[in-house]
Amino acid sequence: MSIWEYANPKKFMALSAGALPWTVGLTVLLLATGLVWGFFFTPDDYRQGSTVKIIYLHVPAAMMAINAWIMMLVTSLIWIIRRHHVSALAAKAAAPVGLTFTLVALVTGALWGQPMWGTWWAWDPRLTSFLILTLFYLGYIALWAAIEDPDTAADLTSILCLVGSVFALLSRYAVNFWNQGLHQGASLSLDKQENVADVFWLPLVVSIAGFILLFFTMVLLRTRTEIRSRRLKALLARERVA
Amino acid sequence: MKALLLRDLRLALRSGGGFGLGLAFFFLLSVLVPLGVGPEGGMLGRIAPGILWVGALLACLLSLDRIFALDQEDGSLDLLATAPIPLEAVVAVKACAHWLVTGLPLTLIAPGLGVLLNLPPGGYGWLVLSLFLGTPALSVIGAFGAAVTVGLRRGGLLLSLLVLPLYVPTLIFGAEVVRRGTGGMALATPLALLAAISLGAAALLPFAAASAIRVNLR
Amino acid sequence: MFLSLSSLAVARGGVTLLQGLSFRLLPGQALILRGPNGSGKTSLLRTLAGLQPPAGGSYHLPPDSVAYAAHADGLKSTLTVAENLAFWARIYGGPADGDHALAAMDLTPLARRRAGDLSAGQKRRLGLARLLVTGRPLWLLDEPTVSLDLASVALFADVVRDHVSKGGLAVIATHVDLGLSEAAVLDLDPHRARAIQSSGFDEAFA
Repeated sequence: MSIWEYANPKKFMALSAGALPWTVGLTVLLLATGLVWGFFFTPDDYRQGSTVKIIYLHVPAAMMAINAWIMMLVTSLIWIIRRHHVSALAAKAAAPVGLTFTLVALVTGALWGQPMWGTWWAWDPRLTSFLILTLFYLGYIALWAAIEDPDTAADLTSILCLVGSVFALLSRYAVNFWNQGLHQGASLSLDKQENVADVFWLPLVVSIAGFILLFFTMVLLRTRTEIRSRRLKALLARERVA
Repeated sequence: MKALLLRDLRLALRSGGGFGLGLAFFFLLSVLVPLGVGPEGGMLGRIAPGILWVGALLACLLSLDRIFALDQEDGSLDLLATAPIPLEAVVAVKACAHWLVTGLPLTLIAPGLGVLLNLPPGGYGWLVLSLFLGTPALSVIGAFGAAVTVGLRRGGLLLSLLVLPLYVPTLIFGAEVVRRGTGGMALATPLALLAAISLGAAALLPFAAASAIRVNLR
Repeated sequence: MFLSLSSLAVARGGVTLLQGLSFRLLPGQALILRGPNGSGKTSLLRTLAGLQPPAGGSYHLPPDSVAYAAHADGLKSTLTVAENLAFWARIYGGPADGDHALAAMDLTPLARRRAGDLSAGQKRRLGLARLLVTGRPLWLLDEPTVSLDLASVALFADVVRDHVSKGGLAVIATHVDLGLSEAAVLDLDPHRARAIQSSGFDEAFA
């Protein structure tokens, strides 16, 4: 039994139907724990005051904004190489979710930046990169919406996703080169020296886990919707032929 | 392949419109910006590199949808796809033709427009060099976007939405070269990166574009 | 040099139109496809031209052997008749005997005209003259006689007959009687795909 069997739409529907209640429950639990813990049971930062608490939305959203694109890249590759329809539809399903995370990261960043840097927006490399990422998401989603034939759409969006990934990476370096910026360093990294303190760190990890599950659940739900809409279209087409 | 290049050039010259339009747009933009920003020379000189690069980029964008859409409408694209030339080469040649009728003329008139925008004297050489190295990337990336949208009825607007994010690195490095050039700063890095983007795009994107065209033709 | 199909199926927009097509076409043979509108003649020709993948089965033909002519003639209105023809001759690397092709389709007096100034029938004739300069043995023709008058249809039939008699092949989708009595006729009606069996939804993911 290989992992690819789950790429069969029927198997996927059955499996995801069983998994969804669990992932929904776990998402709610983790998000509630992480956010409530973070918002109400952590001390204020000595420098940033209570504004620091937006970190529990900002950092996970920003991480997932990038991870969603990476997931789309992987599923697009799977579609191009193995032509599993669920994979292509999962990429389609993930794009609006990723776009939403990107916008959440930008808005929470602006809300955080205003009291900290005294400005809602600065052309800082990280901020600019996210703005560019938004454009990539918009183009990808618009291309899906513009093409009628689902297989053609899957092929073209996959090609765009591959090419886009290369250029998104290039843009990231270009933007870094262009302006050194005022954004603080990464909040989480493997060498612990630069990390935020433990009191902030634990609820942050819980929030991040919650956001990962939230993304997973939403993509699962949206992929199921896409599969159903494909089936509906097939039924309608069949009626037209008959 | 030479035949295809010559045909595209001849078509561009005979149909007039598309080829002059980009240049006119570039010129108009360079006239409108000072009218909008005010005549103060120092300020214009400072933003001139960016304005000229953005202008060249937008002027290039204007004629992108013609690269494949016209051939698709009259059936030539089907015939080219069954011809002995690989579709990748067709893409490369058509991108090259697009560059010869837009990117190259834009590069050549850019110094004149630099005068209008009070570009400091040190910048002209770098402006021409950066456009010369960067506009091929604009044409090739644009040809990729045109290939993706070739089958769509209202592809024009979508084409801009797809292509503009892809233009970001080229724009950043291109304008950076001119900005550093006018300031007399070291610019070997952005210049090398700009050339690398053009070469890399020219080497790899025709494959992506050709596969997009094959998908669109089926 | 031959064309062979073994239980080929063709689809358009994900819907299978024709299935179980098997035949073999040898040099010197022409085949006329008949079938009502929407039966998949165009999709079959596009599949054989390599423009779309088969939905099932397979076909065999030597590489670079196809000249395809469809509804659009691939003409540039700002180029002259001779320039249009010369362009395709160079692209296909075939015999650069444009004059012969022009004469065969009775276009010689129009050689210096802009293609945009031609009438619909004249454009069609130019589109068909292109076949002669490709030097390709297998002609795939999709409704070649659209907008041709009777005299031009006869002229075109002569060109096809001449091509086939020199060892060429032709597959022609047409409703008109070309007067090619020697050509075999394939009725596509028995090959039309039945409405999809209702064995679950997932043929949406063929």
